[in-house]
Order: sequence, then structure tokens, then C-alpha cells
Amino acid sequence: METSTKQLPSYSPLTLLRRGIELFGKKVIVVGKDLGSFLEFLKEVVKWTFRRPFRVGSLFQQLEFVGNQSLNIVLISALAVGAVFGLQIGAIFQIFRAESLMGAATGKALCMELAPLVTAVLITGRVGSAMTAEIATMKVNEQVDAMEAMAVDPVSYLVVPRVLASMLIVPLLCAVFIFIGVIGAYIAGVFLFNIDEGMFVEKIIRFVLPRDITRGIVKSFVFAIIMGALACRYGLKASGGAKGVGIATTNSVVTTLLSILFVDVVITYVQIVW
Amino acid sequence: MIQFNNVTKSFGTHKVLDDLNLTIPAGKITFILGKSGEGKSVSIKHIMGLMKPNEGRIIVDGEDITDFDVEALRHYRKKFGMLFQMAALFDSLTVGENVLFPLREHVKSMTSAQMLKRVEEVLIQVGLPNIQHKYPPELSTGEKKRVGLARALVHRPKIILYDEPTTGMDPLVSEMIDELIVQLNQEEKALTSVVISHDLKAAMATAENLVFLYKGRIALAGSPDDFRASKDPIVRQFFAGKVEGPMEFL
Repeated sequence: METSTKQLPSYSPLTLLRRGIELFGKKVIVVGKDLGSFLEFLKEVVKWTFRRPFRVGSLFQQLEFVGNQSLNIVLISALAVGAVFGLQIGAIFQIFRAESLMGAATGKALCMELAPLVTAVLITGRVGSAMTAEIATMKVNEQVDAMEAMAVDPVSYLVVPRVLASMLIVPLLCAVFIFIGVIGAYIAGVFLFNIDEGMFVEKIIRFVLPRDITRGIVKSFVFAIIMGALACRYGLKASGGAKGVGIATTNSVVTTLLSILFVDVVITYVQIVW
Repeated sequence: MIQFNNVTKSFGTHKVLDDLNLTIPAGKITFILGKSGEGKSVSIKHIMGLMKPNEGRIIVDGEDITDFDVEALRHYRKKFGMLFQMAALFDSLTVGENVLFPLREHVKSMTSAQMLKRVEEVLIQVGLPNIQHKYPPELSTGEKKRVGLARALVHRPKIILYDEPTTGMDPLVSEMIDELIVQLNQEEKALTSVVISHDLKAAMATAENLVFLYKGRIALAGSPDDFRASKDPIVRQFFAGKVEGPMEFL
């Protein structure tokens, strides 16, 4: 009986290595081009931020959308995150009989990391996705073309108000997150670990420095720029109907979250080392 | 006058405009005809500077716009009005705000009251009075098109581009829009209208100049009478609306 065996091509290790390097090189070029075009886009955003017409009405609309409409979700999340983190830290500190430091540890973590990061993640999910979907829908329905045809730059009309609103509101939401998070930790500490109220507050005042809050707010500001700019950029690059809008939104959220995490590492390193 | 000199535009390997030489006279109604995918919309986007050719030059009113930068294009586009295929109204704005948009963005010489008056005028002109407060999703397809036309007209442009103005509309609204196109050109003698359409009946009744595109080039250009008299088998097939014939369908 005749058996057929399919001959697989064989590659030498050198060929495989060369192909691997080629693939990697191609990826690097693509990422480099994307980054270059994103920086070009940011340059346009900066240019239109300081150039007439200033779209104050649109800015206030976006402030309401990014800020007011996100407040509830930030309040609930902050309370939960503060309480949960307080419980976890409290349980660990209890082993060393250091529960009284729970408030200070939670406050510091909230200021420097948890509040800016979780706020950014929440705002990316609620606001960034909506921004991308809205602009992408306008793009695929030729509304962006119509805008350009009417000699109006989409960056000026659509992007600048959104990015500016994010830059102004997200740090404020971060501050709210810190405050409510500490209340969450207070509830967990005072009512579940029976920490003395005065002690809880005193340790926070003693160990959580103004510098910690500033660091968190600075992070939050940078995350807001990344979120706003990427959300709009993906929206404006959308193509191909409803599917294109979906793809743009997914890519926008994923890229924003990964970028925020990467930048978080860099900023944290810079803040701690310098 | 709008001129395409040896314009080529490709998307990937697909050549949409192939060494196209086209002249659109000023102050007339020119219809660009051709089956789907022949580059009609692409041509109009080149005129607006929304696309750039791979090769060739585009001259509008004696100005070579091919290499215009973003700033120059923004200034250049102020002389245009454009009616998009799906009207492209901004969903988040009311009808009144949509029509007001070009005025609010570019016209500094009018007061707010004058602008609102002008919006009212053009909406009456397109047969849609008192709908300023409505939002685009509340309108029918025909109404959206007419609002889009009002928006294209409101700032009194020198050139109006119509991308399939009567597609998807009932015969009455189609005829109304065709009449509007003619009426506008009669009222404003210097107005240049460029219409992309599949609607042969409208083209023959309305156009002063016709251009028929096939495979990215001009198969025939002339008056409606030239088209009626044409013996070109491709033109005849298109006019007869038959699948059988020399025309290739990709």
C-alpha cells in the first residue's frame, strides 16, 4: 500500500534566525511609524489648543460628559477600592500588630498609585470608548469628511475639547477618588479592625505627604492626555462601517490601557529615583 | 473652471482614475456619470482636496491645488459647498445648527440674527421651513438630503458638489432636488455645479455638460445631445441599462 507523506520545508537555524530578525524588524518599523504619526497628531492637538477658534461651548459639554457623568462610578469604585485595600492591608498589618498604620498605608497607596491608575482605567472604559465610538461613527458616516469639506479641522472641532476636558477633569476625579478611598479605608479600619479614629487620622496626616498627592495628580494628568488623545486618534482613523467602529473602539481601549500601564512604570520610576 | 490633467489614483493595485483628463466649465451644471466604482466620488474628493492624486495635477480657477498644504486647503475649501451621498449631517446638532455651521465657522461679517435669518431662508428654499429645532435622526432620507443641500448653500459658495443627490429618494423629491439644482444655477450665473449621479433621466434633463467615466477615463464628454447621438457601444449600453454588452463588470 502506498502512503503519501507531506514533505515539510526544512530551514537551517541561520535562516530561521534571519526570518525572526526580519519579522521583529518589521514590527519595530510598524510600531515606530504608529508612534511617529501619533506624535504628529499630538503636535496638531497642541497647535489647535492655542489657536482660534476656541471652542468653549464644546469644552463645557465635554467637561460635563467626562466629569459629571463619571462622578458616580468614581465615587462607588473609590469607596470599594479604599475599603478592600484597607481590609487587605489591615489583615497583613494585624500580624505585626501594626493595624494603626493601615490608614496611612492605604492613603499613601491611593495617592501614589491606586487613585490615578483606577481612575484612568474607569475613565478609559466609560469615556475613552465613548469618544472613540462617537468619532469613529462620524468618520464612517462621512461627517468628518463633511467637516473638512466645510474647511473645519476635525482636530480643532472634535479632538481639542475632548483632550482638554480630560486633562482638566481626570486629575480632579483622581483627587475625589483619593478622598473617598480614604473614607472607605476608614470604614474598614474603624469598624472592622477597631482602630482608634484619632490614631487612624493622625497616622494619615503624619505619613501621607502633600508630595504623594501631587505625584498622583501628575500621573493622572498624563494618563488623561494619553486617554483623550488615543481615543480621538483611533476614532479619526476608523474605516469600514459598523465593524470598523467596533474595531476602532476595542483597539483604542486596549492600546490606552497598555500605554497607561507602561507610562505608569516610567513615571513611578522617575518619581521614586528623582 | 476645474481641470484634471493626467490624474491617476490607485487604491492598492486597483487603479480608480487612470491618466484622467477632465475639464469642468465654470458657471454650468456638469453631471459626472458612470457605473459604481468608476471613480466618480473619488474625482469629487480630489476636487475638494480630500484626496491627493498619485500622479497628475488638479487646477481649479487657475490655481494648482495638487500640492496645497493643510492651511491652503482650508482656505481653498471655503469657496465650496458639498452635498454628501448620505447628507453627512451632524447627529449631535439640530437642523438649524447644522445649517448654521458653515456660517458660524467662517462668516465674520454677519450678526447672529442675520445668520439665523439666512438659515431660515435656505431652509425655505429647499422646502423645509420651521424644522430648525429637529435633530437629523428625526428626519426622513429625503429631508436629510435637503437639509444637507441647505447647509451646502448657506454661505453662497462659488462651486457646489453634489454626490448622488437623488439616490434613495422618491421621484417627487428627486425631481424637486433636480429643479433646485437648475434654479440655483439660474439665480447665480457664476455658480459651478458638479453632480455625480446614476440618474440618467435627471442628467439628461438637468445637465448642461455631461462626462461619462469608464475604467477611470472619460468615455465621452459633451452635451446631453452629444450623448443621445453617441454610437459608442459602452455609452449605448449604459444608457440602455443592459447587462449584456462590451462593458466589464468587476
